[in-house]
Amino acid sequence: MIAGLAVAALLWEGYKAAGDPEGTVLFGVRVLPRADDLSMPHLWTIGQRLADPEMTGGRPVWLVVLQACLFTLGITAAGFAAGTVIGLVLAAAMQRFRIVERGLLPYVVLSQTVPLVALAPLIAGWGGTLMPSWATVSVIAAYLAFFPVAVGMLRGLQSPSAGGVELMRSYAAGWWRTLVKLRFPAALPYLFPALRLAGAAAVVGAVVGEISTGTRGGIGRLIIEYSREATSDPAKVYTAMLGAALLGLLVAGAVSLLELPLMRHRRHVEVVTL
Amino acid sequence: MSELASPAPDIVPAPERAASVIVDDVTKVFNQGRSDEVLALSGVSLTVGGGEFVSLIGPSGCGKSTLLRLIADLIEPTTGTVTVAGRPAGQARRDQEYGIAFQQAGLFEWRTVRRNVELPLELRGVSKAERRARAEEMLELVGLADFAGHYPGQLSGGMQQRVAIARALAVQPPLLLMDEPFGALDEMTRERLQSELLGICAKTGTSTVFVTHSISEAVFLSGRVVVMSARPGRITASIEVELPSRDEAGRQAPAYFEKITEVRQALRS
Repeated sequence: MIAGLAVAALLWEGYKAAGDPEGTVLFGVRVLPRADDLSMPHLWTIGQRLADPEMTGGRPVWLVVLQACLFTLGITAAGFAAGTVIGLVLAAAMQRFRIVERGLLPYVVLSQTVPLVALAPLIAGWGGTLMPSWATVSVIAAYLAFFPVAVGMLRGLQSPSAGGVELMRSYAAGWWRTLVKLRFPAALPYLFPALRLAGAAAVVGAVVGEISTGTRGGIGRLIIEYSREATSDPAKVYTAMLGAALLGLLVAGAVSLLELPLMRHRRHVEVVTL
Repeated sequence: MSELASPAPDIVPAPERAASVIVDDVTKVFNQGRSDEVLALSGVSLTVGGGEFVSLIGPSGCGKSTLLRLIADLIEPTTGTVTVAGRPAGQARRDQEYGIAFQQAGLFEWRTVRRNVELPLELRGVSKAERRARAEEMLELVGLADFAGHYPGQLSGGMQQRVAIARALAVQPPLLLMDEPFGALDEMTRERLQSELLGICAKTGTSTVFVTHSISEAVFLSGRVVVMSARPGRITASIEVELPSRDEAGRQAPAYFEKITEVRQALRS
C-alpha cells in the first residue's frame, strides 16, 4: 500500500521531469499529456495547496476537502447500502423463480447501459419534493451499485452443488432455510468482490450525481468548482481529486472490514492427514 | 450356514410387520417424452424390514442410486409407490425419518466439523446444548473428537467422509440411507468404518439401505444383498447373508467367501 503510493508518486514526478512540457504529439494527436506546471503541478505544490486557505482569509483547503468528502461519504454510504439491499433482494428473487431470472436479468443488464446523464435530470427532479436533494444523489449511487451485487450474488446463490441442495431437501428444509443455511453462506465468496465493485460504483455515482444534479456541499461539486480555477491555481483541483480517491479507499476499506470476520474459514489452509 | 435363498425378483409380499421401507412396483423414467428419455428403473419392488441391513449392488448405471434417491424422496417415481415408516416417502422425508450420506462428503466448508454435524439437529430445532453434546458424541463415534473445531478444508477425504457419516447419524434416524459412502476411502479406513457402522446399527436398531459396488463390502455388512441389473434397472436376485460373526473372524469365514461367490454369480447372470 505504502509502496504503491511511493511508486505512483515516483511515476508522477518522473514523468514530469522526463516528459515534454508541451506533451508528446504524434501526427497531430497528443498521445502523452503536457508535463508543465499548469497541467501537472508538483506533488509538493499540491501538498502545500492543501495547507493554504481556500480563498484569502478562508478555511484551509484540506478542511474544505475533508468536509466535502464526509458529505459525499454519507451520500455514498446511503446509496451503497440501498443498492446492496436491492441487489440482494433481486438476486434472491431471480434464484427463487427461474421466470424472474429470465424476465428480469436482461433488464438489469440494460439498466446499466442507460447513460447516467439521461437519467440524472429525471431523478434530480425528485429533489425537494419526494426526497431531500442529497437523497437524489444517493439514488443515482444506488442505481450504479445494485448491479454488481445482483449479478454477483445470483451467481453465488446458484453456486452450491446439487449434493448440498439435496442434503437440505433431505432435511425437509424449505427455500428460505436452504437460502439461509446453504445458499447465502456459499455465496459469500462471490458477494465480496461484487461489493468492492459496487462500492467503487457508488463513489462514482455519488460524485457524478452531485455534478449532474447540481447538489452542493460534496466532493463532486468541489471538483467542478476548483477546476474552473485550474488556469490560475492548477494545484487546487488536484486536492479535490485526492479527496475523491480517499473516498474510494474508505469504501474499499469498509468492505474489507466486513469481509474479515465472515471469511475466517478461508484463512486456514493446512490439511491434516490422518 | 444360512439357507441359499434367492427369491425370485419382484415378488415381495410387503407385510405390515413394521417394514421400514416398501418400494412397490416402481418405475422411473428420466426426461420423459424427450429425445434423451432414459428408463432408469423398471418394475422394482423391495421391502426392508425394521432393523434390517440391505445392500443394493449392481453395475454402474443399474439405477441403485436412483432407487435410494426414490426412497429418500429426492426424486419422485414415475409409477408405483414408495412407503417409508408406514408413510408416503414425501411425508417421511418431511418427518425426518431417515439420515443420508452420499459418496461425496458434501460438508459445508464455512462450518466447523462440529457445526456440520450439528446442521440437521439445528434444522430440527434441537437446543444448543443438546446439539453440541450429540455432535461430540457422534464425532467420538467416528474417531474425530479432536477435530471438532477444524474446518472441512483442513481434513483429508477420509476424515471428511467420516464427518458426513457422523452428520447422517446425528439425528439418530430409524432409517439410514447410504450411497457408496466408503467409495472414495482407502481399504483400511473402509474396513474400520464398516465395523463402526455395523456397531452403530446394531446399537441403535437402525434399518439401513446401503448402495455399493463392492461385493465384499455388501456381503460383510448386509443381512440381505439385493442384486440389480442395468438398462433397465431391475432387481435380479435377493441373497440372504448370515455370517457367524461380523468382525475379523467373519471376514475369514467360509460362509463369507461362499456368499461373495454367490453374489458374483448373480451379478454375472
